[in-house]
Amino acid sequence: MAKSNKPIIWGTFAAGGELVSLVTPVLILLTLLAATGHVPDALSYAKLHAFAAGWFGKLVIFVILFLSLWSQAHRLRITCFDFGMRADGVVAVVFYLIATVGSLASLMYLARI
Amino acid sequence: MSRRPYVREVSPTSWYFRMPRYMRYMAREVTSVFIGIYTVILLVGLARLSDGDLAYQGYLAALRQPSSIVFHVLALAFSLYNSFTWFNVAPKALPIQIGEEFMPDSVVAGGHYVVWVALSLFILFWAGVF
Amino acid sequence: MSDNRMEVRQVELEVLRYNPETDQEPKLQKFTVPCVNEWCVLDALNYLKDNLDPTLAYRWSCHMQVCGSCGMMINGEPKLACKAMLRDYPGTIRIEPLAHFPVERDLVTVADDFMAKLKRVKPYLIPGQPRTLEDGEYKQSPEQLKRYRQYAMCINCMLCYAACPEYGLQPKFIGPAAIALAHRYNQDSRDGGRDERQEEIATNEGVWECTFVGACSEVCPKHVDPAAALQQVKVASTVDWYLEHFMSWVKK
Ligand code: SF4
Ligand code: FES
Repeated sequence: MAKSNKPIIWGTFAAGGELVSLVTPVLILLTLLAATGHVPDALSYAKLHAFAAGWFGKLVIFVILFLSLWSQAHRLRITCFDFGMRADGVVAVVFYLIATVGSLASLMYLARI
Repeated sequence: MSRRPYVREVSPTSWYFRMPRYMRYMAREVTSVFIGIYTVILLVGLARLSDGDLAYQGYLAALRQPSSIVFHVLALAFSLYNSFTWFNVAPKALPIQIGEEFMPDSVVAGGHYVVWVALSLFILFWAGVF
Repeated sequence: MSDNRMEVRQVELEVLRYNPETDQEPKLQKFTVPCVNEWCVLDALNYLKDNLDPTLAYRWSCHMQVCGSCGMMINGEPKLACKAMLRDYPGTIRIEPLAHFPVERDLVTVADDFMAKLKRVKPYLIPGQPRTLEDGEYKQSPEQLKRYRQYAMCINCMLCYAACPEYGLQPKFIGPAAIALAHRYNQDSRDGGRDERQEEIATNEGVWECTFVGACSEVCPKHVDPAAALQQVKVASTVDWYLEHFMSWVKK
């Protein structure tokens, strides 16, 4: 039995799980405020653009998106298995591909700001 | 005497109905559907932000659709559930031994809650909500 | 005595019966057993076997929660029959063999799978450095003892396997108790066998089959908390993986 390579994904799952648990509820609260018409100051175009223009803002945004994508992709894979989907390999490729594309896209968008 | 062990099959699609604790587990796993979709919504927001003011205003307008509000409320509930389940078991993965004794789980979990509340308040404050 | 501890009441038992020689599949059989309130479920089964149906098959030995042989499903929950008290079960009590294991006969399951897995993880001390008799005993501080003591409490009752849905879905999974025991020896200051055990447990059918349902720890009668052990093994294996791969990159 060979040792597993799952640690590479699990590392992002553990780190992402922690980050998502800490920040996702408050992020949802912010966009929920925006959704109900009370756009928070920081979500105005000028403020958010200025934040994303600095290296620190870029780093924060990228880390949040990257870790969220990978940790949720991993959990979604397991969830599919738990609901009875037995094509685990295909499911894994699909979700990890989405996470890869999403991560690259976020880098690209950040570079444009 | 003949041996003929009887194997009770486990249903791969409905096993979790057998026990409430399995349902709680599945609820935790399903949070990933909501948090996953929400992450994509954030990603789209970033894309629109990089497209300029006009595109970004369109994004904010799209957020105001009723379906988006419903999704946000659901996602908030599921993400809170995820946070609780995560913090409650976080002490298990990294036990901290000081001298002879291990730090009680409640202290480590409590620390997580304190950081969580402080960080959330800080972000709200930074975002200008109050 | 003024309390009702010695009171006798009629307890309805529904016991899963399976005779491999005559039955196509197991079915529930009802019994009414006169029980003393202070009895445990095992006492009720013993009364049943002695007085009502001597053909009932089940395992037990110690009657005091140390031998680990009386595990069964009691109202759907994995329990030690000698720890489940009748006073906690007001209605009919359904008794079935431990879930996820093949049924040998009545409440007796086939435990071969668990035994084989236990052997694979080398649950014994593999000394890091050989010592001669003259070197004297291995010394261990209370602090070092604490690091594995909880995991050494396992009585191999397999309740955690009956609770773990991932084991039910993927019987190849080495499972909670065996991995927790591997962790118990890995955490022992006298041991040097971690690398050997990692070959078994840091695999896809080892710890990586675990999705942290946590059911094992909820049902464990000895508070071993196997789920905690498995998460710690995951963290350590992840650190190993990154170190191994980055080290080999650095060397290249
Ligand atoms: S870990 Fe607990 S439940 Fe599992 S076999 Fe050991 S004592 Fe039994
Ligand atoms: S009879 Fe020994 S543990 Fe129950």
